[in-house]
Amino acid sequence: MKSASFDYIRPDTLDAVCACLASHPDARIIAGGQSLVPMLAMRLARPSLVIDIAHIDGLSAIRDDDSAVVIGAMVRQAKALSDLLVATHLPLLAKALTHVGHPPTRARGTVGGSLVHADPSAEIPLVAVTLGASLRMRDAGEDVEFHAEEFFIGPMLTMTPPTACLFEISFAKPTCAYVGTGFHEVAARRSDYALAAAAAHIEADDAGVVQDLRLAIGGISDFPQRLPIDIHIDLSAGMADLGTSLTTAIDAALDDVDIVEDMHASASYRRRVAAELARRAVDDALREIAQDLS
Amino acid sequence: MNITIDINGKDVTAAIEPRVTLLDFVRDVAGLKGTHAGCEHGVCGACTVLLDGEAVRSCLILAAQAEGSQITTIEAVDGTTRQPGELSIIQDAFCESHGLQCGYCTPGMVLAAKTLLQHNPTPSREQVRDAISGNICRCTGYVQIIDAIMLAAERLQGRNQPADGA
Repeated sequence: MKSASFDYIRPDTLDAVCACLASHPDARIIAGGQSLVPMLAMRLARPSLVIDIAHIDGLSAIRDDDSAVVIGAMVRQAKALSDLLVATHLPLLAKALTHVGHPPTRARGTVGGSLVHADPSAEIPLVAVTLGASLRMRDAGEDVEFHAEEFFIGPMLTMTPPTACLFEISFAKPTCAYVGTGFHEVAARRSDYALAAAAAHIEADDAGVVQDLRLAIGGISDFPQRLPIDIHIDLSAGMADLGTSLTTAIDAALDDVDIVEDMHASASYRRRVAAELARRAVDDALREIAQDLS
Repeated sequence: MNITIDINGKDVTAAIEPRVTLLDFVRDVAGLKGTHAGCEHGVCGACTVLLDGEAVRSCLILAAQAEGSQITTIEAVDGTTRQPGELSIIQDAFCESHGLQCGYCTPGMVLAAKTLLQHNPTPSREQVRDAISGNICRCTGYVQIIDAIMLAAERLQGRNQPADGA
């Protein structure tokens, strides 16, 4: 499988990238290339110009921004996975990254590339939606910001303006005393596309009362989505027995999700699996907090 | 466009089309056929090479993207001091453990193993499975490949003896 011909350019500023996108409306940006190069090889993408952003300064760093961890668009998934700031403040992202591809694709694939590629079953977009990340882009000489929950609008479809280039993603640090996370997915093979995935990030105050419960699902619909769960959970006396309240709440939330169906899995299978994975993700997160409290 | 890539310690320069992948550059320009072309869209792992010491898929990297990086192929898996035909410890372990049959996946498997053992000299079998999860083998059923990498791990810790201890 060989790509169709294209031109290749390696700008060193973001504004130069935007200018290339403006002059070549069918151009594609390449970051790590782990999604784009297969699409080129299968000729699903036939851009006239490929714009390599690997040589732009400052896109490959992870920085501590007081209340947030800011990840450059070119940060490789393997680097994020072994990063101390990510491990300390974004445990959900660290957990999810182990499910992204294989070690050789994580060595090249980038956090930003996965987000703008927006595969409905991808883990990083799911985490971005769960944590309410902000995606910062350069467009026509200005910085524009998108909230992850409004950014994904369809399978491989995002709000990215035609001439914009993502340069960093900001993840807010947890604000409560205790944090627990859970991430589960089901795929046909190790690191294959998830048929269903669930991510949970839960924060509890000093007393062990849950203040923030964020749950989202991926792989079952056109883009990752939050499942609103409104249950009072008190972990001060150890792991809470939620009875059926959690499964009922997850079920009700899934009623509002438009679940997809394809040759790999039916909609009813995806829904059943997603409900169970969501329950497990929340359970893992609560257990982590209960353990820290004891 | 003109591209120069450091492959196994030698600069290789060629005028190529931007669509040429690192895989094709290694095989057709540098003439190193040990890196195998399998699926050519990032699924099988046969084309694995080391880029700055890390296992990557050469079919998923444009040659132009690799400019400025150091590429190591199976031909120089153990540095460039060995003679043709002389095997590295990991390759030896694959032979002794019957970790290959047709050999198509083997260069990729060996390089994936090399990256793993660099980061983790004493992996568990589960960690070995994870490290080669992106490399497809249709012959062995993987068990002997895992055996081979475990044997190589043991030997790389300084106990390079025949498998039966004789």
